[in-house]
Amino acid sequence: MSLLTPTIRPSVVGRLNPVAKLAVALIVSCALLLSIDWVSAGVALLLEAVLLLWCGLSARQFWLRTAPVWIAAPMASITTILYGEDSGTLLWQFGFISVTEGSVQLGLAIGLRVLAIGLPGIVLLATTDPTDLADGLAQVLRLPSRFVLGGLAGLRLVGMFIEDWHSLTLARRARGVGDGGGVRGATRRFFGPAFSLLVISVRRGSKLATAMEARGFGSEEPRTWARPSRVRAADAVLVGIGFLIAGTAIGVAVWAETWRFILA
Amino acid sequence: MPPPSSFTPARRPQIRAVQIRARNWGWRHAGRHNQAVSRLDLQIEPGERVLLLGASGAGKSTLVHALAGVLGDAEDGDETGCLLVDGRRAAEARGRVGLVLQDPDSQVVLARVGDDVAFGCENLAVPRAEIWPRVRRALAEVGLNLPLDHPTSGLSGGQKQRLALAGVLAMQPGLLLLDEPTANLDPGGVIDVRDAVVRSLDHSGATFVVIEHRVEVWQDVVDRVIVLDPAGGVLADGATREILSSQGERLAQAGVWVPALPPRFPTRHPISHRQALLSAEALAVGRVPFGRRTASVVAEGITLDVCAGTATVVTGPNGAGKSTLALTLAGLLAPAGGTLRASDSFAAGIKPAPHRWRSKQLLTRIGTVFQDPEHQFLAASVRDDLLIGPRALGLSVAEQNIRVDELMHRLRLDHLADANPFTLSGGEKRRMSVATVLATRPRLLVLDEPTFGQDSRTWQELVTFLAELLDEGTALVAVTHDAQFVSALADEEYRLGTPDPIRLEAGAL
Repeated sequence: MSLLTPTIRPSVVGRLNPVAKLAVALIVSCALLLSIDWVSAGVALLLEAVLLLWCGLSARQFWLRTAPVWIAAPMASITTILYGEDSGTLLWQFGFISVTEGSVQLGLAIGLRVLAIGLPGIVLLATTDPTDLADGLAQVLRLPSRFVLGGLAGLRLVGMFIEDWHSLTLARRARGVGDGGGVRGATRRFFGPAFSLLVISVRRGSKLATAMEARGFGSEEPRTWARPSRVRAADAVLVGIGFLIAGTAIGVAVWAETWRFILA
Repeated sequence: MPPPSSFTPARRPQIRAVQIRARNWGWRHAGRHNQAVSRLDLQIEPGERVLLLGASGAGKSTLVHALAGVLGDAEDGDETGCLLVDGRRAAEARGRVGLVLQDPDSQVVLARVGDDVAFGCENLAVPRAEIWPRVRRALAEVGLNLPLDHPTSGLSGGQKQRLALAGVLAMQPGLLLLDEPTANLDPGGVIDVRDAVVRSLDHSGATFVVIEHRVEVWQDVVDRVIVLDPAGGVLADGATREILSSQGERLAQAGVWVPALPPRFPTRHPISHRQALLSAEALAVGRVPFGRRTASVVAEGITLDVCAGTATVVTGPNGAGKSTLALTLAGLLAPAGGTLRASDSFAAGIKPAPHRWRSKQLLTRIGTVFQDPEHQFLAASVRDDLLIGPRALGLSVAEQNIRVDELMHRLRLDHLADANPFTLSGGEKRRMSVATVLATRPRLLVLDEPTFGQDSRTWQELVTFLAELLDEGTALVAVTHDAQFVSALADEEYRLGTPDPIRLEAGAL
């Protein structure tokens, strides 16, 4: 398994068009960014949780991939509760830290929001092959192929960065500048190889560009696509579900009178 | 994922081979004073197979890039005269010409084997239904029997070069250009790539131009040799055998590997008593993969002594762990198992385990020359870079200067003192990487593929220099695929026997 060729288990989500997945993630995020209240985020999260059962990731993969969100959400929540804008009854005070009914609600709303936006985003990306995404962006959304394929080819160089970095740090040790010097030495040891890595990467990039050009890439002529990227009924259904989640979340929040339109 | 399709071996459409004509053609790269190529008059007929030779800097690569239409436009350089591919300007003949470059790593475009081969066809707007049969045919032709969705990242260098060749062949070019396609490959990979090229040419009848220092590989394949003159124009042009005998001496001096004129081996003066510097017992070597904590072992059960004045070469197939062993012996990686101990005289008062030594303590004990010289360059000029080691040792300024001047002279780097190491030629980079290490006079020198991709002149200089160091009592450990290097220098050969895991995996799939 690697960044560019992830092992994706055959699943409903795995077969969907990446562009449809991207659309859903965007629809839900936009809807949830319009307001800061815990009801809309909570409803969206609840509906998503049902859908995540079909996401095609094993439990281990799911928790591993989404770990950052599970860490970020409570952190954002606690910070807001402690330091957020105060309103309503004062619940607890310690120095300049004050916890009020309002800040608890706000903290809850923010924590749920991070989860409701982050989880589907990560899960949808984790079940998407970068090559398929590029195909979709170029064929379905008609983004310029130069831009999309250039980006995709560049992504392949990331794996080489890691190899290069490893060699560069070993080489520094071999040349007598691998340790010592306190904080200044440590800073130098980071920026020195970083600069070399930049030089080496730029050269690799330009070689790759020449190789791509030699295979007819980058001309003004139209090109064909070996792998068709099609939008099927299931993709339309997925986008529909996206709208449904967004709509329900907003509807329930408005009904519960917790909806606070940010721009108002 | 490619759509499933039934593969019917369609008859190959007749490929029209390309004719090349140069009339007083020249090119100067933007920002350079000297012409890369000048006053070139040349005609290559359709279907001819040509080996393009010349000293480094004679403009071979520039010519081949121009033929492939990837030199760029007026912004990238000045063109004089005309260079025609089938009567049209080369830049307009894209798609008629296929080019394979030297570096296997920077030619892979996409993540899967099938997609990568299809890339060129897509750019030429070949209809989808025709692309996949072409991809399968091209892969079969280069002998790469891998599933279409096999990831490209795990391929060996030879496999990557054959993949690049397949990507070009699928475009069905009338002219196949190869720019040192096998310089970075192990001997097995070289033969695989050469045979794949011959097979495809026999099929297609395309015109063929190859640049390669190692004449031996291609001499029986081509029917004409063209030697470019660094001063401009063509130095010699004619039948392979004839040119190699009339120009052999001159070519060999310019760094070309002429089979009839192999480089001379230096005379060694082996020392009589063995004094071990490092002893490995049941040593296991491996790297810690990114994001993991424990090393994944690539080779184990290694028992050997590294002795003063003795050259130990490590050989074996790709993936057997040669480089990892070298880096472990060099004290850069921790052993994954077993023991590696320095003798008391070698450790000279510090701990016996080399990987626990401090970076500065390594300097006078073990010097490492990396496979890619660019990885070990630290400063913006050759001279400053060479001074880093002696300065870290705390030598007096006078002593620093003496050492560096002597090294630059000995390795013919004097005239490059102020040049940026990254801008040097391949041979200069190699000499420079050896010099950086020797400035601190380590008692053990560890080299990873020191002769990889070098021309015969640099090879000769390097081997002679290493022989001198051995006679002075320096210990040498070298990882190499180069059989001539082994015969010239090796006192002991340690063969890592694990078969190539990539090939095994590929065969099993």
